[in-house]
Amino acid sequence: MTKLREQEDFVSGHRACAGCGLALGARLAMKGVEQDSIATCATGCLEVISTPYPESSWEIPWIHSLFENSASVAAGIEAALKAKGDNKTKVIAQGGDGATVDIGMRGLSGMFERGHDVTYICYDNEAYMNTGIQRSGATPLAASTTTSPPGKQSYGNENTKKDALAIAAAHGVGYVASASIAYPKDVVEKVKKASELDGPSYVQIHVPCPTGWGFKERDTIEIARLAVETALWPVYQMEDGQITNIRKIKDRKPVERYLEKQKRFKHLFKKDNGEKRIKEIQAIADRNAETFELDK
Amino acid sequence: MVERRVMEGSHAVAHAVRLCAPDVVSAYPITPQTHIVEKISQFVADGDLKSEYMRVESEFSAMSASVGSSAAGARTFTATASQGLMLMSEVLYNASGLRLPIVMSVANRAMGAPINIWNDHSDSMGVRDAGWIQLYAEDNQEALDMTIQAYKIAENQDVMLPAMVCMDGFILTHTYEPVSIPKKEEVQEFLPEFDPEVKLDPQNPVTLGTVGFPSDYMEIRHEQYQAMENARDIMPDIFKEFEEKFGRKQHSLIEEYKTEDAEIIIVSLGSIMGTIKEAVDELREDGKQVGAIKIKAFRPFPDQELRDALQNTKAVAVLDKNITLGKKGALYTEMKDTLYQAETQPQMTNYIIGLGGRDIPRQSIKNIVKQTKENLNSPQTREVRFVDLKEEK
Ligand SMILES: Cc1ncc(C[n+]2csc(CCOP(=O)(O)OP(=O)(O)O)c2C)c(N)n1
Repeated sequence: MTKLREQEDFVSGHRACAGCGLALGARLAMKGVEQDSIATCATGCLEVISTPYPESSWEIPWIHSLFENSASVAAGIEAALKAKGDNKTKVIAQGGDGATVDIGMRGLSGMFERGHDVTYICYDNEAYMNTGIQRSGATPLAASTTTSPPGKQSYGNENTKKDALAIAAAHGVGYVASASIAYPKDVVEKVKKASELDGPSYVQIHVPCPTGWGFKERDTIEIARLAVETALWPVYQMEDGQITNIRKIKDRKPVERYLEKQKRFKHLFKKDNGEKRIKEIQAIADRNAETFELDK
Repeated sequence: MVERRVMEGSHAVAHAVRLCAPDVVSAYPITPQTHIVEKISQFVADGDLKSEYMRVESEFSAMSASVGSSAAGARTFTATASQGLMLMSEVLYNASGLRLPIVMSVANRAMGAPINIWNDHSDSMGVRDAGWIQLYAEDNQEALDMTIQAYKIAENQDVMLPAMVCMDGFILTHTYEPVSIPKKEEVQEFLPEFDPEVKLDPQNPVTLGTVGFPSDYMEIRHEQYQAMENARDIMPDIFKEFEEKFGRKQHSLIEEYKTEDAEIIIVSLGSIMGTIKEAVDELREDGKQVGAIKIKAFRPFPDQELRDALQNTKAVAVLDKNITLGKKGALYTEMKDTLYQAETQPQMTNYIIGLGGRDIPRQSIKNIVKQTKENLNSPQTREVRFVDLKEEK
């Protein structure tokens, strides 16, 4: 069994909602970074909950600049460290799914392409939570958000989730991994591996949000696990473009088990033809299972 | 011996950057700035400058990377113009709010649409409220000198604000002039290594860029306001120190030219000052009492210097290479604010000139002076005039 580092870099006293998957995700991720480190953070829930001036939940040097430039700021820090001859300090960039797959994608792509020694961690809560639950490019098909509500003409979000892991891998990023807070040790190990690699690395952690998704605070971990067990969130790692680890699923669960527990999918069980959408979501899960050979 | 060489303005700035030896340069090309970052990349390639040279994917990242680099305690340089400056604009506020002394060259260029690569000042004037120190160079020598001075001002512990050195695109960037290149050792003496009190350092962790609630936001902004006032106070000393060290006459935040007995004074900034000074010389030969004032620093704005210098003049012609639509030229409106506090208030007229690279002949300056004189006698004047519009001819 891996022994977790005792040192906490992201400490209690922050202002996250009860049951926040993101706060847990950040705490675990920081446990994975064992060397001295500097972290950047995009605008979003993580920044807002952790740095109310003059307080801070960060035990490591940390900087927030903007919504869309966590990766670029991190690249600048890495360049500064290099210029100063410091090749020991690790640079961690953090952002929500919106900051990562939408508005910050250009800067992230540049950071990958130039090969900066930065570990980028995306905390994926599948919407813009900080501004009140609007759709992002990582919002799954048919989910209800305040900008993709179901209505007479709509079944919620019209697009499928953008595959940022594939985008990262396409850049030739040496280490790309998905993780889930339902498997804490896995999160820590993946971030550790990512941060120890020279060059850019990318870890996307699935972090359910009780407020935005509509479930009970105590159910965060269960929801996270159901996403994995239904194959809607495949948990795997890629090294140099090859998949080197996959969390296999025993007795894969139907997607309804996951959807029915969340308000954001409630309409699918009430609206005419909702089952058609559920089938489409099941097809996504089946495809994931096939692509990643998830079934045991 | 000081090296004196004929080179284009972009290369003069690149030499200044080489001498200031930033740890990190982040670069994205845009006309007419491109030659600056190209020349710097050559210096790096040849080992004449030991900087991390970041070939970023956009101006947005050029400024973002500068924020990261400067926050990590590294001296940082970047350069841009026009649309690039606008793409950076959100980050510009962050750089100053985070109190990061980044230095940036702006090769001034008009804003589209219509797309236009030639010179005016609508780009840098458009971001005058971003909390950056703004210096405007008259010639290539000044562009070089100001770049070195900008680091010294920006990195002062009581300032810690970013600074842009504005130079007119093409008119300076692409024009060959003789420039003196200071010795490296002398620049190092003038500009010691950058070692900020607050930086991202694992040995002494700090949180930068926190959420500023209404309970604290105003105090933090007030500190930043004070920092700009501190810059105002220390700049004359730095200019003087530069003059003593490098032997080139430096002025205060403004430069006065034949203003002593002038009844009409032309106020402007940038490369147009050369033409203005020549026009003033010719008018003086004709016995006209005309002078000129160059604004060297637009931020902080030289309020007191202008009030003192314009005390005894009858009329002021403000030449703006920009237009604030729905209002007037940016320099003009700022000057009016300044002179409201003055004991005597000269008549003021605003001339919009040279937009999008339109030529500014000496004769146009002379016409402006003539017009300004006529205004003195006629109570009804238009406050803003576009100079040399085709329809007006
Ligand atoms: C340029 C810009 N546009 C919009 C915003 C408003 N904004 C702040 S955070 C945010 C969404 C954050 O969502 P995400 O990155 O998914 O992080 P989360 O809060 O969900 O963790 C938005 C839209 C902003 N700060 N800057």
